[in-house]
Amino acid sequence: VTVTAYRSRLREGPYGFADLLHAEWTKFRTVRGWVIAVAAAALAVVVFALVPSQQGSCNVSGCAGPVGPGGEQVSDSFYFVHQPLAGNGSITARVTSLTGQIPRLTNGAGTRPGLVPWAKAGIMIKASTSQGSAYAAMTVTGSHGVRMQYDFTQDVAGLPGAVTAASPRWLRLTRSGDTITGYDSADGTRWAQVGTATLAGLPSTAQVGLFATSPPYLQTSASEASISGGPSAATGAFGDVGLTWRGGAWAGLNVGGGTDGVPAGTLGFSRGAGTFTITGSGDIAPAVAGGAGIGVTIAQSLAGTFAGLIILAVVGAMFITAEYRRHMIRVTLTAAPHRGRVLAAKAVVIGTVAFAAGLVSAAIAVVLGQRVLRGNGAYVYPASALTQVRVIVGTAAVLAVAAVVVVIVLPYLLAVAAPVLPLGPTDWLLRLSPAAAFAVQQTLVQYPQVTNTYIPFYGYYPLAPWAGLAVLGGWAALALGLAVFLLRRRDA
Amino acid sequence: MRRAPWAGSALHAEWTKARTAGGTWWLLLAVVVTTVAVGAAVAAATRCPAADCGQDPARVTLAGIDLGQAVVAVLAVLMISGEYDTGMILLTLTATPRRTTVLAAKAAVLTALVLVAGTIAVLGSVLAGRVILPGHGFTPARGYPLLSLADGPDLRAAAGSVLYLALVGLLGLGIATAIRDSAAAIGVVLGLLYLFPVVTAAASNPHWHRHLEQIAPMSAGLAIQATAGLRALPIGPWAGIGVLAAWATGAMLAGGLLLQLRDT
Repeated sequence: VTVTAYRSRLREGPYGFADLLHAEWTKFRTVRGWVIAVAAAALAVVVFALVPSQQGSCNVSGCAGPVGPGGEQVSDSFYFVHQPLAGNGSITARVTSLTGQIPRLTNGAGTRPGLVPWAKAGIMIKASTSQGSAYAAMTVTGSHGVRMQYDFTQDVAGLPGAVTAASPRWLRLTRSGDTITGYDSADGTRWAQVGTATLAGLPSTAQVGLFATSPPYLQTSASEASISGGPSAATGAFGDVGLTWRGGAWAGLNVGGGTDGVPAGTLGFSRGAGTFTITGSGDIAPAVAGGAGIGVTIAQSLAGTFAGLIILAVVGAMFITAEYRRHMIRVTLTAAPHRGRVLAAKAVVIGTVAFAAGLVSAAIAVVLGQRVLRGNGAYVYPASALTQVRVIVGTAAVLAVAAVVVVIVLPYLLAVAAPVLPLGPTDWLLRLSPAAAFAVQQTLVQYPQVTNTYIPFYGYYPLAPWAGLAVLGGWAALALGLAVFLLRRRDA
Repeated sequence: MRRAPWAGSALHAEWTKARTAGGTWWLLLAVVVTTVAVGAAVAAATRCPAADCGQDPARVTLAGIDLGQAVVAVLAVLMISGEYDTGMILLTLTATPRRTTVLAAKAAVLTALVLVAGTIAVLGSVLAGRVILPGHGFTPARGYPLLSLADGPDLRAAAGSVLYLALVGLLGLGIATAIRDSAAAIGVVLGLLYLFPVVTAAASNPHWHRHLEQIAPMSAGLAIQATAGLRALPIGPWAGIGVLAAWATGAMLAGGLLLQLRDT
């Protein structure tokens, strides 16, 4: 009788990294609970996007504001005293005072004297009087000195200091074709060039004149968590208005037409002997989300990331702890004695699975979530296709890394979701902790020339998107390095 | 002569296990350190520039509980899931076949440990708040007298925070008994505590927002820390801690029932 010894049909070792990946993938896909959990994580991301959480009235009254020359959402409301200018020319004016009214938030309603930092009074050359049209302006501001601003997003500093009757500011704008040059002066004789703006497609007849406006007043509580505010108004006094052409009649227009919250009859202009006094309210600037804004961002539809994150982190932890619980780790390490590689294979498999699940679910959430938000009448800030792709891929990457390292949850919660911390520590938490990665969902731009509460709660993170993700990557590398070190030193 | 095991010996066994397990004392220390450190950091970063600055000094001082509860949850979960990880549970249930007795003994030992650690953590936080806050504008002249345990609302906030931690511990123990796996149970407990605020923040509908804050174990339970503006709260302090107690009771009942019905 001959007995043939059993021989496994499996190839003999040593096994390469590809074999390890295959082994870990087999372990993952054959545990039904883990596969279901990953599916549940993906589902959570999608479900949160589809649940109607954010209501708005845009589908009733319409609230998509004007769009600037660059295609971005803008605020364009101000009081404009203007007349047409055909061809080239120049306007000069002396601003002698800038005063304002801000809401009296405590002790009842009404207003009190006060000036918001970006209250504006100055001169402007604008393509037309319709909102969102191209413009260039020289303006004095509440507390940022003289500025040259054009096409909503551009802002150049001129003379510093506040304007008073004792130290007035002289402003000049000169049009030459599509190019507009801004000058300022403290005495009307010595002029300094502040900047030049090229307004593509400026019609041959532009509107030129004087304006005043004042963005909403915001008051943040000490913890920066609660914000109150209301509309404000600014009054600019102008003298020595000079034109290089034979001027026509001046017409006053409240561009944007809004008077909400400002006492009736406040807005307008009066004309004295060579002087103008103009009162306006609103802003000429990019529209922002948050305390001073009206809308939400596409990151709103990714609120479920956090739920998915917790589930994937648990699966990631179990992917290794289950080996110890079932003593499988001994078989694993016998088959592949190189412990660092085992851990790497595990990280690659669980990371890839989480990334794939995150990619699919985040893509569905962003695409469908925007529709749901718009359908509810919420105003969603536009984001370019490239930005949306970055948000989706970045979210998937956050989920993938989170499946590998767990400790991302708490800092995010403390800093963003339920801000119990004041702004200072929040800022540091979102620079240094793994939760910095959520910056990858940011689609908004912070504009220094717009006063707003630029806090994480509204989607403004201290780090740039990929920098935030890199912080999480650093933590993941650190955690994995520590794990490899311990796994090598300890008994299984 | 053999004696029937009585509850006291189960209690003694659980106490010995908790006392000699590697992580228990470190985790209890971590509860105290994180609670006091986070509370002191928040207090140090908070300013009250004028009267009526919209801050609740008790809430600021005890903000460390927000993080300390996570450590309590981990401690509570490991108390039972650690036994499943090592297979110790078989021995435990052989020695004490009445499973509800085992769970009750674990709950008693856990509660006692958390109450002691929580009391130290809260007293440390209050002390830190008393030292830090007056220098940051929380002065009697602005309507913020020094935090004092002799003051009714302040005492409620302080004692309530200790109670809050104990209830979070029971919530964690109940869930871990039902789920048995450490990682999954920690995930579920932390998810239950911390996911609600995220969902609440995403819900702009004020009706839903309010209801979510009323039923969430964390936001409802932490209402116990409020000493000012109680009328504006979505849920009162005692009703809020009652909501958390209901969650903990539910988790313990579910865990106990599953422990009774299932194989180990």
